[in-house]
This record gives sequence, C-alpha cells and structure tokens, in this order.
Amino acid sequence: MSEKITLKINNIDVTVSAGATVLDAARKLKIKIPTLCNHPDICVAGNCRVCVVEQKDSGALPAACATPAAEGMEIHTNTRRVREARKAVISLLLSEHNNDCLRCYKNGNCELQELATEYTVEADRYISILKDYGVDKSSPSIQKDDSKCVRCQRCVRTCANLQDVSALWISGKGRKNKISTFMDKTIDYVVCTNCGQCVNRCPTGALTEKNYIEEVWGAIDDPSKHVVVQTAPAVRVALGEVLGCETGSRVTGKMVTVLKRLGFDRVFDTNFTADLTIIEEGHELLRRLSEKLRDGKDVPLPQFTSCSPGWIKYAEHVFPEILDYLSTCKSPQQMFGALAKTYYAEKAGIDPADMVVVSVMPCTAKKFEAARPEMNSSGFRDVDCVITTRELGHMIKQSGIDFNNLEESLCDSLLGAHTGAAVIFGATGGVMEAALRTAYEVVTGRAVPFENLNIIPVRGMNGVREASVKIEGCLSEWKFLEGAELKLAIAHGLVNARKLAKQVAEGRSPYHFIEIMACPGGCLGGGGQPIPTNMDIRMKRMDAIYSEDESLEFRKSHDNPEVIRIYEDFLKEPLGKRSHKLLHTRYTERGRYRTLNR
Amino acid sequence: MDSSTRERRIAEHKKRVNLIFKKCVWDDFLDRALEMSPEDMLEKVKESGLRGRGGAGFPTWLKWKFAREAEADEKYVICNADEGEPGTFKDRAILQEQAGKVLPGMLVCAKVIGAEKGFIYLRGEYAYLLPALSQEVENFNEKIREKGERFSIEIKLGSGAYVCGEETALIESLEGNRGEPRNKPPFPVSEGYLGKPTVVHNVETLVYASIIISEGPECFKSLGTSDSAGAKVFCISGDTDLDEGIYELEMGMTIKEFVELFSDGDIKAVQVGGASGHCVPRKKFADTIIGFEGVPTGGSMVLFNSSRSMYNVLHNYLEFFEEESCGQCTPCRIGCQQLLKGIEAVKSGEKPSEYLDDLVKLAGMMKISAKCGLGQSAANPFISIVEHFREEIMY
Repeated sequence: MSEKITLKINNIDVTVSAGATVLDAARKLKIKIPTLCNHPDICVAGNCRVCVVEQKDSGALPAACATPAAEGMEIHTNTRRVREARKAVISLLLSEHNNDCLRCYKNGNCELQELATEYTVEADRYISILKDYGVDKSSPSIQKDDSKCVRCQRCVRTCANLQDVSALWISGKGRKNKISTFMDKTIDYVVCTNCGQCVNRCPTGALTEKNYIEEVWGAIDDPSKHVVVQTAPAVRVALGEVLGCETGSRVTGKMVTVLKRLGFDRVFDTNFTADLTIIEEGHELLRRLSEKLRDGKDVPLPQFTSCSPGWIKYAEHVFPEILDYLSTCKSPQQMFGALAKTYYAEKAGIDPADMVVVSVMPCTAKKFEAARPEMNSSGFRDVDCVITTRELGHMIKQSGIDFNNLEESLCDSLLGAHTGAAVIFGATGGVMEAALRTAYEVVTGRAVPFENLNIIPVRGMNGVREASVKIEGCLSEWKFLEGAELKLAIAHGLVNARKLAKQVAEGRSPYHFIEIMACPGGCLGGGGQPIPTNMDIRMKRMDAIYSEDESLEFRKSHDNPEVIRIYEDFLKEPLGKRSHKLLHTRYTERGRYRTLNR
Repeated sequence: MDSSTRERRIAEHKKRVNLIFKKCVWDDFLDRALEMSPEDMLEKVKESGLRGRGGAGFPTWLKWKFAREAEADEKYVICNADEGEPGTFKDRAILQEQAGKVLPGMLVCAKVIGAEKGFIYLRGEYAYLLPALSQEVENFNEKIREKGERFSIEIKLGSGAYVCGEETALIESLEGNRGEPRNKPPFPVSEGYLGKPTVVHNVETLVYASIIISEGPECFKSLGTSDSAGAKVFCISGDTDLDEGIYELEMGMTIKEFVELFSDGDIKAVQVGGASGHCVPRKKFADTIIGFEGVPTGGSMVLFNSSRSMYNVLHNYLEFFEEESCGQCTPCRIGCQQLLKGIEAVKSGEKPSEYLDDLVKLAGMMKISAKCGLGQSAANPFISIVEHFREEIMY
C-alpha cells in the first residue's frame, strides 16, 4: 500500500495516494479544474497556467496539474484571484491566437474555444499579437497552422515521449517561441512518421489532418467515376463517437448503410484484405522459418508486420538496417487498392481508369502511404483518397443523414466478406493473433490451442508484450517445426517499437515474429480517430473490437469465402506471381533528413 | 567631485568591506577545512546568517541541510556562473580574480551535502574566462585528489539564454536539454541534476561560504542587519562617473546613502536588482533599505539621472524580457509582449491611459501565476516604474 495523503480542496477533505497531484485530488472530488497543456497520456508540463489554484499561505497560484498533493494542504479552486488569473491567461492566449473560429476545422471541438466560452473572455481585452505564420500543407497527412498554436507542447511531448520521433520540437525563446521542426523545415522534409498522434492531442486547430473531404465528394458527384470505398476495422468501433453514440459502440452495419447512402458505388471492407494479408504474411513467415530452420539459410528473422504505415516510415528513417526484416506485404489498405483496380475491375467490367478508390482509415499515415510512388501496381494510383474516421464523421453530418436510426446492412461482395481475425487488426496484438490462428492451422491442421480461438496472452495494453506458442503435431511437410517454440513479441507506440527494433538491429532479438503498431493501442488509437483520446476511451474501443470478433461466423482468415475465391480465381497461390506484383512492396531508406539544400 | 576623489571616499566609507577581493594566501585553507566535520561546517554557515547572493536570498545552510538529508547515491553542487541579469557583472570579476575562493566553497558545500561532483555553469559570453578558469579548476582538482578527496569540478558553458540563470533551467541545460525551468516542487535539493539532490549556488554565495569556514562566521555575521547579514558585492552602473563599478559593501544601506556615495546627487531613480528588480524613485531613497527587508538585489544597481526617460528605461527592460522569456508558460511569454505593446499603445495614444491599469493587473497576475522566478519577477520593473513614473509612460 502506498502512502496516503489527506488534503482539503474547497474545505472538503480528500485522500489520495502519494504522488497524486492537486488536479488528481480535485478530480477525485469531481471538482473541475480547467486544463489545457495537461493530457493523461503524456508527462506533466505545467505550462499553460490555466489550472492555477489558490494554496493557503502561498502568495503565488500554483498550477494544479504540476503541484504534488501534500499532507494538510489547503487548496481553493474558485476564488476571485483564481478566476481572474485564469481569465487573464485565457485572454492572453486569445491575444496570440488566430481567432477565426468560424472557419476553423476544429470549430466545435477546440479546448481553447471551450475555455473562452466558460470564462466569458472578451477577445479584445489585450492587443492582438498574432503573427503571420504560413500554414504548412507540405505533408499529405498532417497540416500545421502555427497561428492557432497555444504552445502547450502536447504535440512535442507526444512526439518525443509516446513516439520517440521528436519531429516536432520547440524553437525560439520569448515572442519567437513556437513549435517547430528540424531547422524549421516543412513537415514533409523532416522525420515525421505521419502517425497523427500529435493531431489527436492538439487542443486547438494548430495540428489537423490534411482533409480530403471535398475530393471525395467530388468523386461521388462525378457520374463518370465508379467510386468504391473501404473501411478499416478500427473505424467501426470509433465512428459512433463523433455521431453521438457512446464510446465503444459498434456501428459496422450502420456505417455500411450510410456509405451507400452517401453515394459510394460499392461499399467494401478493408477487412477483406486484412484476411488476405494474414494469408500472405503468414505464408511469408512460414517461408522464412523453413528457409532458416529447414534449409539453414541466412534469412532475416524475426519478421516484422508491415500494416502500420507510421511504423514503416519510422523504420525507414531510424532503422534502415532492419528493412529486410519487415514483411514485404503491403498493408491491407494498399492490397485493397491494387485488387480493386485489377481483380474487381475485371470482374465488374469497369475500366480502372474510371475508378476511384476511397479508404476510410483511423490513421493519418495512410494518407502518406497511399501517395507513395510505388503504390501503383494496378497501373494507376491504387488508393486515390484516404479520409480519417473524423472526416467521414464530417461527411455524414454534412449529408444530414440520421445515422443513429439507420438500418444495418452488409458490405458488397467480392471484396467485402471478412472474418473476426480481420476485425482484430484494429487492436494492438490483433495481427499477431490473426496470424497465429491461420499459421498454426496451416502447419498442424488443427486450430490454435486457445479456448474459443482467443489468444489472450497477446492482447492487452502493455507497451511491449511477449508470448510463445509451442508447435506440436505438425503435418508432414512442416515436420521440421515439430516441437519448435515460436517466440512472439508485440509493441504499440513507437517508443515501444524502438525497443524491439533496436534488439533486431543489434542482432540480439530472441523472437520469430514481431507485431508493431505505431499508435498507442494499435489502430483503435490511431491518429485519425475521434478526439479526445485517452486510455479509457481506447480500452472501450478495444472491448468493442474483440466483441465484434466474437460475433462473427468466421474467425479465421483462411475461412473467408471471398479470400478462398480470390485465390481460386485470380491469385492462384499465396506468395505467387500475382501476389508478388500486387500485394507485396519494398521499402526505402530515408535517413534522418532529406537533403540540406532544399 | 572628480572621480578619483569619489573613489577615495568610497574606499574610506564605513560600509566598505574587503572580504572577497582581499589578497590573501589560502594555502592551509583546504587542510583546515578538511579537518572540520560536515556538521561543524553546516553549523558555521548557519551561524553566519548567509543567504543566497543571487537575489532570492534563500538561507544557505537550509539548502545544505535539505540536500544533506536527501537520500541518494549521488549528489551535486553547481556553481551558477550564468551571470545574465542586466547590470550584473560581479561574478565575472570574482571568477577572474578570486576563483581560488570559489572552488573551496564548492568543496565545502560538497562535503556537507555528500557530493562528489561539482559543476561550474559558466555564462556562454564569459567563454574568455575559460582558459584561466580551467587551469585553476584543474589545479584544484589535482590538489584535492592528492588529499584523498573524491570531489572534482567540471566547467560547462551555457549558450546565452538569460533564463538558464534560473536554477532548474540551468540544470536542464546542464543535462543537455533546452533550458526551460521545471516545475517546483520538487526542488533541486531533492531532485536536481539527473534527478539527484543538487545544490545550486551563486558564485558569490560560494565565496562567502569559503570565507565563513576559513575565518569563522563572526567576520560575516558582524556585518549587515539581522535580516541581511554580511556584505554583498554591488555592481554600480548608469549615471555614475566611476570607472569601475564593483564594490563590496555592508548590507543594509539605504538607497539615499548609496546614491550619495556613488553619484553627484542628481539621481531620480535606482533600478535595484537588474531588469527583474524594482525601480525605486527618489522620494523613497531615504527609507528604502538595500537588503532582504527592503529591496533585495543580486548586485545590480543602475542609477538614472533626471535626463533619463523612464519610458525608455521600461521599454528597454520589456524588450529584454519579451525576448528572454523562455516562452513555455503563458503569463510570461505573452504577458511580457503585452506589457511592451501596451506601453507603446498608451504612448502613441492608441490606447487610453487607463489601459495602464489593466496592464498593472496583468503584471500582478504574471507575478502570481508564472511558472518560474523569471516570469514572476519580469513584471517587477513594470509595476514599480508605472507606479512611480506614470506620467512619463503616458506622455
């Protein structure tokens, strides 16, 4: 038991554990103290000073978020001095801010706006010191508008502490202080993985996704275009949040209906290609294992998953020496694009030149991934437009459709069927679990030895998780694996990914297969998911993912009837010639920065 | 009075002290000090009444006691030589002339708290002191190593940010991070450099600590007042005809005494404690004591004669702060810019003179809500100059 501390807040006694802050203590009493620079996922900064409170016998007003609770402390959260100081702080922030709220993308979902409303701040209390910053639109994923920045440094702490990337940093003192990048270069130039975790934690409109809503409407409105849409697994457990549903609601069926109503010509599912990824990636792993264990070849192992584009770009920048260890499988999004413009186009008799592939992703890095020059194996750009869960939310609101009262429907066939194994791609550990469900069965002819197919050891929210599976009773062609212990590891959040990648780079990794997701919690905590985010929200989305898995008829990727069909009709075999052309890719060493003379 | 006469008068003044710059041979100091127990040393410093000479005046012995009582495998002593307060230039002189008294001060502190490593954080602009100081440090390290002590000192150069004079920003900078103040608590005495108990002292404090250990607390305690014991090195600049501006004087003088000693009398205001200090107008000279019971100072005393525009003085200070604020906390980053823009707007007539009252309120808010000592004190010159020279700001 840790030490307990009792203090008084607004004359009410409250007991907290040692190490708790005044803010924690106030929250325990359900006393609201406004915050701005504070975020539960990252370390305390104490910068914005919005959370100041009055402490007995102290002249200064300490910041509640940064002040440790102490025995006998007497705190007041609602005195004249406190209210005036908070109001002054908010007024100061507004004097530095681009107050063009009505035209701001974050209008209605902005913490500064909320504070200004609560504290009835007059915008012109102080002289405007707004500076003329250009908007950085260089990245296909993330847009940075310094005129809306409040210097809370949440993005900086996210980029450094959660993601270990530090693409965003503070530069300049005093009036020149701003959130900057290496040498103040544009975002496309620096080591940004496009993960969008900064966007998820930006309290204002300073960091947002680059939105492609108009492009998507444009495609839908163009009668000469055949527009197909795919949605990633994690979208269906979070979309509801922006449309008034409870956190953790599963809205799969309604989402399909609304996409049809929005005017997409075909509504497919990224889950289909998630199942396909498992077949391809599982066989790739088995091939690497057999080459190594049976043939004694020097094959790169462990194999890393490659579905997370934030992770891929991170590896390309920071760990170029391990690129051969990454699965060559494209992400499900890109497999989908390549197949939509070949397999589906052929079956449906549509000229792929007239086809627009839109994907709805929980992710901002997917926008960058779709724009990679190598992602054109169909002969066209495989995925034309990527929008986030949030952008889809905007489109649904704009359409005026009453989302919550929609009937449910199923995806169109050919690229729409999916299994529970695909759904769990949305949670950290999910790809690992899905791969095991298939690979184990390929090798042994039996289902994985876990109750109800739920491989609990790989689930959860620990940053790095390990598991091992003993392979017993192999089919004859896999006899060399008999008795082998398959060592697995899972990491989410790039700060955790680094640990596993470093082991591999240094040649001391004990694993065979490693799943990495760039975002905390996996895709369900992706940079394109509804804002806000925190552990509680991510846990609820995770529960929804696993219950969706359990609700489905098929729960192993190789049982997906449309996947079986595509191998029969089109791909012929896993890792075959067509797969190689359409479903696999290569990676590019990027270095820490591009060139200095740009 | 010509300046040589004045120099003589100052030299003979009853408040003139010669502890720090006294030429003396300290060969046996280390032996004597090393014979003393840490408890004895702590007791001596306590008895002397020494308080921090950087301006804030925290009792030195108490800092040592806290760090001594903190449990940790490593502890650190840091000599804050990031002398950046405008109008302060004493530490430079002390390090140039009396480094031989600074380093033993660090050793004494280290013995008391149980540190084996000391750093001198030297202001970037003082890089020219480095060759001589490095030599001095090397010799000192060698000497105490021969005596079987495990303590050693290393010099680190700052990069020119004013805020790095704030102890936690200094520590951040020392660790290789951007120099930004930390939240307090935890204070450095419990979690400082690398998260270990750390005592950060101004150069002058360390010299006095040496002197107190060497010559006994009485030599210090007998000087000054009860709140402000001892002496202090002052840096006199502005409207004075003196060539040199560094004088060690007893604490507790009134500003009137001070001005009479250092100027020809035509002084309308004195900025005590540098840009972050207080501006004292002539009418308050007689009853303002220089010391912790009146206006404290880290040493800077800037004299303004009747020809000076206090608007320009304030403008200059605010320009300094809007640039030297680290920028992390809202009250300081934006507050300083607003105060500057505000007086410009009042001067030009864009804002009514009552806007000054809003700004005074804002300055008061900065004092209580900024994250660090810099932000809290950046408003001091504004508040005192606007209070006493409002007309000059308006017209």
